[in-house]
Order: sequence, then C-alpha cells, then structure tokens
Amino acid sequence: MSGPQPFRLPSGGLIDRSQTLRFRFDGEAATGFAGDTLASALLAKGTRIVGRSFKYHRPRGILSAGSEEPNALVELRSGARREPNTKATTIELYEGLEARSQNHWPSLKFDVLAVNSLLSTIFVAGFYYKTFMWPSSFWEKLYEPIIRRAAGLGRGAGVGDPDRYEQAYAFCDVLVIGAGPAGLAAALVAGRSGARVIVCNEDFCFGGRLLAERQEIGGGPGHVWARRIVDELTSLPDVRLMPRSTVFGVYDGGTYGVIERVTDHLPTPLPYQPRQRLWKIVAKRAVLAAGAIERPIVFGGNDRPGIMLASAIRSYINRFAVVPGGRVAIFTNTDDGWQAALDLAKVGVEVPAVIDSRPAVSPQLAAQTSGAIRILTGSRVVATKGWNALRAVTVRTPAGTEDLEVDSLAVSGGWDPAVHLCCHHGGRPVWNDAIAAFVPGSLPKSLMVAGAANGTLTLAACLSEGLRVGAQAAQAAGFTAKPIDVPKTEDEASGTAPLWYVAQSKGKAFVDLQNDVTADDVTFAEREGFRSVEHLKRYTTLGMATDQGKTANVNGLAIVAAITGRSVAETGTTTFRPPYTPVAIGALAGPHRGTHFRPARLTPSHAWAEEQNAVFVEAGLWLRAQYFPRPGERDWLETVNREVRNVRSAVGFCDVSTLGKIDVQGPDAGLFLDRLYVNHWSTLAVGRARYGVMLREDGFVMDDGTTSRLSDDRFLMTTTTANATKVLQHMEFCHQVLWPELDVQFVSVTDQWAQYSVAGPRARDVLAGVVDAPFDISNEGFPYLAAAELTALGGIAARLFRISFSGELAYELAVPARFGDALARTLMEVGARFGIAPYGTEALGVMRIEKGHVAGNEIDGRTTARDLGLAKLMSTKKDYIGRTMSNRSALLDVDRPTLTGFKPANKNARLGAGAHFVPLDGPASADSDQGVMTSAAFSPTLGHWIGVGLLTRGPERIGGRVRAVDPVRNNDVEVEICAPCFVDPQGERVRG
Amino acid sequence: MRICCPYCGNRDLREFAYLGDAALKRPDPDKPDALEQFTAYVYQRDNTAGAHREFWYHAGGCHAWLVVTRNTLTHDILAVESATQALHGAAGP
Repeated sequence: MSGPQPFRLPSGGLIDRSQTLRFRFDGEAATGFAGDTLASALLAKGTRIVGRSFKYHRPRGILSAGSEEPNALVELRSGARREPNTKATTIELYEGLEARSQNHWPSLKFDVLAVNSLLSTIFVAGFYYKTFMWPSSFWEKLYEPIIRRAAGLGRGAGVGDPDRYEQAYAFCDVLVIGAGPAGLAAALVAGRSGARVIVCNEDFCFGGRLLAERQEIGGGPGHVWARRIVDELTSLPDVRLMPRSTVFGVYDGGTYGVIERVTDHLPTPLPYQPRQRLWKIVAKRAVLAAGAIERPIVFGGNDRPGIMLASAIRSYINRFAVVPGGRVAIFTNTDDGWQAALDLAKVGVEVPAVIDSRPAVSPQLAAQTSGAIRILTGSRVVATKGWNALRAVTVRTPAGTEDLEVDSLAVSGGWDPAVHLCCHHGGRPVWNDAIAAFVPGSLPKSLMVAGAANGTLTLAACLSEGLRVGAQAAQAAGFTAKPIDVPKTEDEASGTAPLWYVAQSKGKAFVDLQNDVTADDVTFAEREGFRSVEHLKRYTTLGMATDQGKTANVNGLAIVAAITGRSVAETGTTTFRPPYTPVAIGALAGPHRGTHFRPARLTPSHAWAEEQNAVFVEAGLWLRAQYFPRPGERDWLETVNREVRNVRSAVGFCDVSTLGKIDVQGPDAGLFLDRLYVNHWSTLAVGRARYGVMLREDGFVMDDGTTSRLSDDRFLMTTTTANATKVLQHMEFCHQVLWPELDVQFVSVTDQWAQYSVAGPRARDVLAGVVDAPFDISNEGFPYLAAAELTALGGIAARLFRISFSGELAYELAVPARFGDALARTLMEVGARFGIAPYGTEALGVMRIEKGHVAGNEIDGRTTARDLGLAKLMSTKKDYIGRTMSNRSALLDVDRPTLTGFKPANKNARLGAGAHFVPLDGPASADSDQGVMTSAAFSPTLGHWIGVGLLTRGPERIGGRVRAVDPVRNNDVEVEICAPCFVDPQGERVRG
Repeated sequence: MRICCPYCGNRDLREFAYLGDAALKRPDPDKPDALEQFTAYVYQRDNTAGAHREFWYHAGGCHAWLVVTRNTLTHDILAVESATQALHGAAGP
C-alpha cells in the first residue's frame, strides 16, 4: 500500500472512489473520497496524531468512528467560519476542507507543554481548586490567563458568524431516533401503518452498525438491506428521513430538540440555505434506537495514537476501506472484540494476537480464527510503548510478561447503550449484569426504546425488537400496524466478562481521554472524600467537556465501585442532560440576531419622521422619534430646548401612536372601569375624558392614562406605551376570572389608530385646518377634557381628545393607522404658518417634568398613588383592584417618600435622576437617605435644571433644602424643595 | 411543554403566560378581616409538589385565561379548562 492514501484498501467500502476530494490538515494537502469522514481520510493518509490532550498535551490519535470521540478534536474551516473542537470522526469530507489540530504549541509533533506530563504529580485531581486559591486578585491577572493558554481546547473564530441558522417545527406520530437495524425496522413498520413518521439519523448515511459490520440480512450485506428499507421509507408519503440530524434533547409534552446540519458537509452554505436548522419536533411517540457506544478498557498508556475501539476499526475497514495499521493486536473482554480480529485478517492485516482478559473463551469463538491468530486468554495489556505513535504493548499473560510489537491496538470493553435521552426527564438508567452496562430505566412519557440502546446488542434481536416497538409506537399513536416477518439473520456471539481497569497497569491509565483524568485521579479523589459520583465528576472533571464522558463515565464509576467495595449499581450513575452532543449557540439563537433579535414596531408615520431627520429611541419594541435635529444645532440639548420652546411659544406636535389603546364596550363598561381604576368612571359624561390610575392588587400603582367616554356603553382607554400588553392581560383576568358576570368586551386597538398630540398656544389654529367642518373646535364648543368622534382630512374617521401632557393648550387627534402618515404631513403643512415643528420623546419628557406629571420613572412598581400625590383620585365609595392592600399601615406611613419638585440652589448646577436626598448637615449614607430624584431635565422655560423625586414628607418641606447626592456619577448638589409643578401651576394654559 | 387550549388546540409553551395558583379567590373587601384575607390572597402561596391548579393566559393566542392542572414534579399537564368555566360554571369568553 502506498501513494497518497497508503492505508486505503484497493477495493470495498461504502465510499465513492470516482469522486476524489482534496483537503488540507495542518496545511498539508491530502485526498480522500466522497463518503469519507475527516477521520477516515486522515487514517487513509496514515496520520496518527490529530491533537494534543487537554491537560498533559500528550499526543492523541483517533479513538472512535462517531460522535463519542474524545480525542480527535480539530479546528474546522478558517477565518470567520473557523469552528473549534469539531470531531474529525463526524466531519463529512468535502472538496477543499481545511482543518487544523489544536491545543499544541509550537507544533503538533513537538509540544512544549507536554512537560506537564512530567509534572503530573502536581496536576492531580482537584489541582485547580487546591492550587489557585489565593490571593483572589491573582485569579484575574495570573492564574486564569495561564490556565487559558495551557488548558484551552480550540480557538473560536473571534469574529461574527457569517452563516444563517433556521428554526423549524415539525409534528409527527412516530419519531424514530437513529437509523441502524432497530431504527429502520421500527420506521418501516410504523411507516407502513400510515403513521406520520420522522426518522432522525446523526450520520449522513443510513444503516448504523450495518454500514460497519459484515453480517448479512436476508442473504445479502446488511447495508444493502438498509438501502432497501430506506428506499421504501422514501416512497411512503408520510415518512420523512432526516440525515445529519441529531436528536439532542427530550422536552416536556413529547417535544424533541433536533439539530440538522443542513450544509456542514459543503465548503460554504448554498445561497439561501442555512448552515444548520434547529427543529422542535412534537411526536405522539418516539422510538429511541440510538444504538450503543463501545467502551474502552483503562490500562497503562491506553491513550497512545494507534489505540482504537475495536468497533471503530471495523467501521474504518468495512465502511471506509481503511486499515488502521499493518500490525494490529486486539485487547478485549468481549466476544464482539474478536470480530475485529477476523475483519483485520480478512483484509490482510497482520494480527499478532487476540488478548482476552477472560480465562477462557468458547471453542466456537476460538475456532473462527482457524488457528491463524495467536490467542492469549487470561491476559491483559499493562503498558504501551511509543510516543507519537504506538510501537508495542506489554502483555501480562498467565505465563509471564511479554512485549508485542504492534502499530495499532483494537480495544473492546463492552457496549454502553446510548441511554442519554432516557435520562432527560430525570429517569435513571439501571444496571444490567448480563451485558455489564446501564440500560434505560424509567422513560420520558412518550419515549420507547429499541435495539442496542435498550441493551439488545445482537442483530437478529435488534431487528425483531425494532419491529415490535415500532408497531407499538404506531398503535399508541392510533394506527394499526401489520406484523412484518423478521428478516433472516443471525445473532452474533456477545459474551462478556467485565474488565474496567487493568490493576497492574504501568504508566498513566486514562479513564477520560478528553479531560486527561486517570485511574489514579479517580482513586485520589475517592480518598479525599469525593465518593458521590456527582462530586467525583465535578472534582476530577471526569465526564465533562464536548464528549460528556461517552467513553469514560462507566469506567470511572466502576473504578470507584471497586475501590469502595460496592457494585456499579450501588455506586450510581451520573445524570445525562441535554444536549446529547454540543449545539452551536448560533443554532439556538436562530434568526434572532442583531436587529432581528426582537421585532421592531414602527409607527404609521415612521417614514415621515425619518425624512424629518429624527433620531429614534427604543421604547419597548417601538422605535419612537426622540428628537428632530436641525442643521446648525450643536447637540441634542440644543435641539430639545428648541422643540420645548416652540411648543410653549407657538405649536408642536408629537407622535403618541405607541400609547396603548383599548376599546371597552358593553352595558357594564363603566362599572368594569370603576373596579379597575382608583377613580370613578360610570359617572363620566359622554364626550368627556378623564385621567385615571390603576393599582395592582398589592396596592401599588400599575399604570395610568386618559380614558374617554365615546357613548353610554363605550370607552376608549389609553395606557402607557410600556404597559399596554400587561394592562390588557390584567383586564382579561379581571373579566374572565373575577367578574365574568359583567357584560363588557374590550380589544386592543393600539395598532389600528395613529395618534398625534398637537400642543401649544396655536394648537387650535392648526386643528381648525385639519378637522372637517362643521365641527366646533372653539373653547366653548370643545373645552378642556372634551372627547369626540368626528371626521378630519376631508372625510376620514377621526377621534379628538382635548388632553395635555405638556401643560399647553393641546389636543390628541387619532386617525386610522393608514392615514397616520398623511396626517403628519398635513399637520406640518397646515401648521407651517403658525410655526409648527415636530417634537420627540425627549421634549415630551422635559415638558412633563416641568408640569410634574408622573411617568415610568415614578411608576416603577414600588410607588403608591399617595406617594405620587394622587391620593385625591382614590375613591372611598367603591371597591377597586388594590384598594384594600393600599390601606396597609406601612403604605399609609406619613414618612414614605412623596412626589416633590427640586431646583438647584445654585442655578448653574446640573441635576440628575438617581441622586439620593440627604439632609444638608447629615452624612451621605444609607442611614440618612430620605428619598431619590426620579427624573431631571434642563428646563428651557425656566433656564435651569429641575427635577422631581420622592422625598420623605416632601410636600410639608417646600421651601427647605436637601442635598442630592449621586456617588455613582460623582454629583453632590444642594437643592431647594418645591412643588412638583414648575410651569403654569394654576393650569390656565390647558384651559385657554 | 405544550398546553391544549380549549379554544385553539395543542400549542407550544411559548404562547402562554403563567400567573400562579388558581385556588385563590379574591376576598370580599367588605368583611372585617378583609386586610388579612387580601394579604393572604396577594402573598401567601403553597409550594405544591404534585397536581397543581394554576392560571395560564393564552397571550399568543385567543387571550383566554385557563386553569391548567399540572403536575409540578413531572410537568405533565393533567387538565386544561377555561378559567371562567372552571370557576364560575359560565360559558367562556
């Protein structure tokens, strides 16, 4: 064997030799075939070392042929697509693939940090916990950077992920997890019953172990049978086959998390294709047929490149037509391990010995080797030789100790059923002595198990169990499954006698290859008192990281069991949690990235505001115009000052469409509002508006707003922008749960209406040009707090409210959302001669502080109506939500901080929200705290900063002084206490 | 988790909002011990292990308030009813 793929067999395998694929590993060019994984292509090339170990930087090769791989982690792709810790055993080879080994410096074959291996007496279990304890400041500066450099796995790309990820839902009757013999049998019987079936297969090829073994089904190769079943399943209309799809988690209600690697097998995703797709599959029943994972044996030097699982060697030979080496010994405690010897011998690889730890094996098993292979029973590998690659194994036989020259070793320690998904609802696997492994215990409700995942390890039994469980699943989902005859095949020899750890081992014997946890570490941790499996895991890191101990957990457990003199069953098992294999955060995030993280709600005149050069601010999901800068204005403050002055001296208008609007109708609408708000509504006259406050049932303020009565049985409620959804939900609760007897209906109309506040001394002049004749907009015809339905803009249905947040003569005009843009443009046009200018939320905020109106800063969930100076609204003549609790003695305490206004003693001083009030002569300490400044702004009307806040007994202390201290922003200002309303305290302008 | 809304059918958890114990009844505010009753109503909750009747709101659907009986140990949904119907016997919204 020579050429670019010296370890490739001249024929055979399930690869497509007509398609040669070029790839690079660590910059070196190589070739493989379509159907290869990166691991099989590297083995074909003769690459032995593919990475360095996590802690000791020991050279490591490929152990497995699947997603259980602990060693062969590589950085795949380059640039922004570089992905660390990718398993070479699951990477499907593609043209131009680029991968790098990781965790070494300066090079893979010579790694300086391998010296850690010599310091291993220091790097014992719990090393990090013990060594890096103090001083704590050393963590950030010294320990962490060193650990990160020394013990890191791969490197992230460091730049944004250029690929797209999708999320999708699917629903089915029967979900089949795994497409080996049991899974395909289950899918076939369920599919033929007419059930909607989805088959998820982690591999890109269907067939599971049938692709890797030489066993026949129905007189032909197993993979041919698999192909035939797949063809039939494909032809069934309600069966969906999903290759490259891993079921990673079981969730409540029969929901399964699946990651589909849509284009990971291509150099880059095709146009409009996602890289991966995250599925939530809801299944009436699911059949877990995920197979089993072969377990290594723990012995001295068991991590050398060239030491592989026996089943992986069979995969490489039979599926990929690759041999691992030229001289391969077998170390086994199972009949199954012998199959590797036969497969190796069949393709002409020299097998110097089968080393079986059992004192004797069945004559039939021994006879299969036809005497051509040396059989060493009652023997164990105690040590290995070689550094960058295996050179020899030291075997202790009943006759003595000898070295066998080999370049590879196949290890078979038995099979661990892939029970992981069975544990996702808290189920514990149970120990099965017959196969010396854990099998599923209590299961998630909708899940059934078949085949090797259930501990059924032989082929004929797998097929018959798959057919049986598949039929049960279909029946449980309401379908009639016709029995299918089990195809003709045989059960292979499957005897085993447990061997976890070779006690006579020399050198490091690794339990967990990915985390470099040795048998000594486990012993040591146990001696230190970490006897519980969960403690052991956290102390030694056994079973952590990207493989989650798929090849390590049971051996670790068995070693603890042996030390403590208990059985494995008594020792326990760790709990498996989702995900089964790592899931990219990008896939979990899906399309919800950047500006798509959440939806943006735009008001009907958003485009117009953009034309006006508006700067926008997020208000919940909404984008609201914050201010409208004009050329020559130096900063936002200058703009906002101009907008405020313009309202106070001429006229401005502001988009208030984002406020929640709820249409409340029915004979009991007034009564319903009486119970929601602290104040009275059933007495409100038709055509009038009123400010209202609602409490939570605990007595604190929930929301406020203006509500108008349009007719006897119809009110239009407004809520704050932030609480619109919450208030509607609260109203639904009150109606459906508390008072269903009230004849009332309500619906949100926030999105249906565009609404603008027109404010300023010239507001009426502007409105006169917008509303249709003969509507009387005079002060007498439409006074303060009037509300009306009318038409505007020449026949457009509209609503007009004479309400004011700015303290000026003001109206709010609402039109159907589709006319919002037109209304904004008309207001600009009609208002031009009165000096109209749009204003944003910033000016709105300044003017409400000038008026002392409360907003979100004050209604923060911790304030009562009394705190906010709204006690006079609270009716004593009726019950309402929160009334009883608002009268708790603690909430009536006169010392509670209450809404008050503040001016700086020195008019040049700046005030800031968040400052705490302390007495002039007291210390700035929590003990002397008397309240907090909730809102502050520069008032262009007064020419200095103003603030409102909550001060203990504030209203009684008007004229006095306190300090407003803000240690965070380093501000300490003496302020004068005043009434919270700074502009037009008599309210004459709003009525003008 | 999935909840079968009596109006919309079987839907994903993300459409629903949780409130809590559905056994609580808003007390009569005119009773002399109203404050004690309301204090319990607002603040006191049993931490049930097992079947628990609780309020859920179909926020991303029909806006119905539901009484869902859920096993807090297994997350099994044992029953779903309209809250109005469950608590008042009247027709739902």
